[in-house]
Amino acid sequence: MKPLELTQDIVKMALEQGATDAECTIAEGEEFSVSVRLGDIEKLQEATSRSAGLRVLVGQRSGSAYTSDLTAEGIRRMVQSAVDNAEVTGEDPFAGLPERADLGQHTGDLQLFDESIGSLATPAKIEQARRAEAAFLAFDPRIDKSEGGSFDSGISGRYFANSRGFAGSYRSSQCSLTAVPVASLDGAMERDYWYSSARSPLQLDTPENIGIIAAKRTLRRLGARKVPTQKAAIVFEPRMARMLLSHIGEAVDGDAIYRDSSFLAGKLGERVASENVTIIDDGTMPGKWGTLPFDAEGVPTRRTVIVEKGVLKSYLLNTYTARKLGLQSTGNAGRGLSGAPYVQNGNFYLEPGSLTAEEVIRRAGTGLYITEVLGNGVNIVNGDYSCGAQGLWIENGELAYPVSEVTIASTLMEMLNSIEAIGSDLEFQSTMAAPTLLVKEMMISGT
Amino acid sequence: MRRTCYPIGMALADSYFARKFGVTEQNLETYLGEALSQGGDYADLYFEFVATSAVTLDEGIVKSASQGVTMGVGIRVISGERTGYAYSDDLAPERIKQAARTAACIASAPAKVLKHDLMEGEKRNLYPVLTPPTELSLRTKVDLVKRANAAARAYDPRIFQCTATYADQVKQILVATSDGVVNHDTQPMARLNVSVLARQGADLPQSGYSGGGGRVSFDFFLNEKTPEYFAKEAGRQAIVMLDSVEAPAGEMTVVLGPGWPGVLLHEAVGHGLEADFNRKGVSAFTGRIGQKVASELCTVIDDGTMESRRGSLNLDDEGAPTQRNVLIENGILRGYLQDKLTTRLTGAGNTGSGRREGYQYIPMPRMTNTFMLAGESEPEEVIRSVPKGIYCVNFGGGQVDITNGNFVFSASESYLIEDGKIGRPVRGATLIGNGPEALKYISMVGNDLKLDEGVGICGKEGQSVPVGVGIPTVKIDRMTVGGTA
Repeated sequence: MKPLELTQDIVKMALEQGATDAECTIAEGEEFSVSVRLGDIEKLQEATSRSAGLRVLVGQRSGSAYTSDLTAEGIRRMVQSAVDNAEVTGEDPFAGLPERADLGQHTGDLQLFDESIGSLATPAKIEQARRAEAAFLAFDPRIDKSEGGSFDSGISGRYFANSRGFAGSYRSSQCSLTAVPVASLDGAMERDYWYSSARSPLQLDTPENIGIIAAKRTLRRLGARKVPTQKAAIVFEPRMARMLLSHIGEAVDGDAIYRDSSFLAGKLGERVASENVTIIDDGTMPGKWGTLPFDAEGVPTRRTVIVEKGVLKSYLLNTYTARKLGLQSTGNAGRGLSGAPYVQNGNFYLEPGSLTAEEVIRRAGTGLYITEVLGNGVNIVNGDYSCGAQGLWIENGELAYPVSEVTIASTLMEMLNSIEAIGSDLEFQSTMAAPTLLVKEMMISGT
Repeated sequence: MRRTCYPIGMALADSYFARKFGVTEQNLETYLGEALSQGGDYADLYFEFVATSAVTLDEGIVKSASQGVTMGVGIRVISGERTGYAYSDDLAPERIKQAARTAACIASAPAKVLKHDLMEGEKRNLYPVLTPPTELSLRTKVDLVKRANAAARAYDPRIFQCTATYADQVKQILVATSDGVVNHDTQPMARLNVSVLARQGADLPQSGYSGGGGRVSFDFFLNEKTPEYFAKEAGRQAIVMLDSVEAPAGEMTVVLGPGWPGVLLHEAVGHGLEADFNRKGVSAFTGRIGQKVASELCTVIDDGTMESRRGSLNLDDEGAPTQRNVLIENGILRGYLQDKLTTRLTGAGNTGSGRREGYQYIPMPRMTNTFMLAGESEPEEVIRSVPKGIYCVNFGGGQVDITNGNFVFSASESYLIEDGKIGRPVRGATLIGNGPEALKYISMVGNDLKLDEGVGICGKEGQSVPVGVGIPTVKIDRMTVGGTA
């Protein structure tokens, strides 16, 4: 049976077993990955998988179950246990599927799947990984060790149906090429990495470019020192600005909002960031990593302005969190195979400014340019931020020397409100994206 | 360690996979034969069946109850330094053979013939659980989260949110290797978590979190660590933090309380001692065996054989028995954590450290339960000896860059120490140090070794496995604390 028909069948079976509403997801995937180290294959992995998840409502009670056993018996058991599980949960007046009118999907081509994903045979993929590694090994004699080059690719399918008449499916393709050099200086080692990801191997950056960027990133870390404890300007490179933005994403997650466990709860319409900050969530941008035709509840994805010129305009919501808050779903339901839907961002990004990265660094004058943060010392409840950091010291508006083994600390609220400059270098390498950012001042803890 | 072997026959028949899926010795030999058909040096099969259940209570309502089943088999072939891997989530013999042929292609040599008869590995039971949690009704489990919620809300009127989750699983595994081992295990795991939020006036809320469990019977939560125990602890943390002041910034003396702060060892030294990194020469600890990497007061152990602990295993995920491994003895680095591949390539002895998240993943060297042996100081004496510093008793998590050795761990509950006395609580702060250096500054070790409650999850290269940590009260003379004041 085709997977989409199977999801519809499972929904029917659930209704027959006593569910008053049901939704079923089937996820399938094909994955390939190869890593090359010192010119030879280190690991090669290939597999396909398929599993199903079911969520049912019996009145206002919900239960769920999942299985990778898609035999008739395995499915029968999943349906039975989902319905049984609903019996032990409590009545939740806000539980339930989306209203019929809210269901729907984009029908145009969102470019999630590229037919040329299969255009490279295994030996060619191995060769790409080998070339990425060779490029960094040849770049500089200080690069004397390797954590390899790797090529990963996959195809995934998602099928979803519910008891309110929705049925939809989509396929997506992805591949990436990664290089991880290790460099040494006076017995001390440093490692960094670089990668390119795309819907098809034809859109990837060249192995040589990836290897050389990785090499440069690794070399510039050599000889790092600690700096004295002080307050200073902090510049986040795009990859790190993206991590900062991900904390904002958690803080506007409807789940955290209705529980009052976010420092942004209750701040809709209020100024929460500097005036130059605009944050968008858009699940409809063709080809991008956060794009989907419908969310995990069958609600169409959309473009939502989260922060406009520093003012908080919207949260990220699925059906449940929207009902709890008396708002409308923003089409941001996500889900694993088990349990209730959670909130998941689309393409969540901070709008770029007009400055080059160099100009942002120049504007900082003196401070720390962050190329890596370590740990998760971020508390969304009260906004406290304290993380390990590595990067380059900025002196006279230029990158001067590498710094490591320090922490940077502030609160997310203060950081958002003191973004003084925004770069133009926005790139979508994952579902979150941000350009180079200058935060006026944070506490650096070092010697 | 001496290994006793038994002929396979009956013992395989006892395994879950023989009973439920009719896997026979002949099947295993066929699959291993396919795996070595392109001339691989070594192959293994990892069958896994996992049944899970979870209930979550939030805002006073049991909002979700879930059960699930995943199963599959992973097939690995090693040829020199190369690893080929494939898996199937369908246990039909044809599908398994197909996966074996896919993994086999990593090698290119004449087919190898299985040289060893399959023998049953050593048997032991570190986690005797009479009733598997999956056989208990969900209602019994619902009672736990309801009790936790009631106790958390009763703890203090300033607590306004409580989320309690109970989750358990039973994992059945069967490992068969081309060097002749067949072994199987039943691995239970259960965990209860409570998180709360408290607020005073119009201030931002503060959070508290507690939880625990292990490879334990359900009775553990009724008799030993009750829902009330975890709820009160979560409540206590949140209420304490209501009075917190800004954390200090800079280098200072740090005292770690006993138990979960052992995450220091996991990050500062544990990961850096995993042999895969050291084989490639990319760990800050590479080439340092026999050297001093900590103060002589420090002896650090990784022990997978502790009864009922979260990080314990009867056998590792490559079928080898787990062990008690001395990593650092009186400050001297003694050894790395090895798996089958690193053992083959470096000639070191296997330490039973090969672990994986599940059948979709290639095993690699991992920690189990990592802790420091107790010293001789009274904990009060340790605190009294500090004129100015910080006392950290609870942590969120940590992270390490194994190549340069820098590690962090984030304190969620700490106090200022002034003139040898514990003072006001401080806000969350990250501590940072360098692995091979940080433990050299340990100047006092308490006599109060404690293991964590059973909440650890360790992530490495995209694979999560349960682990344990432990530490007595220790004094670190110098460490960088990432506060704001």
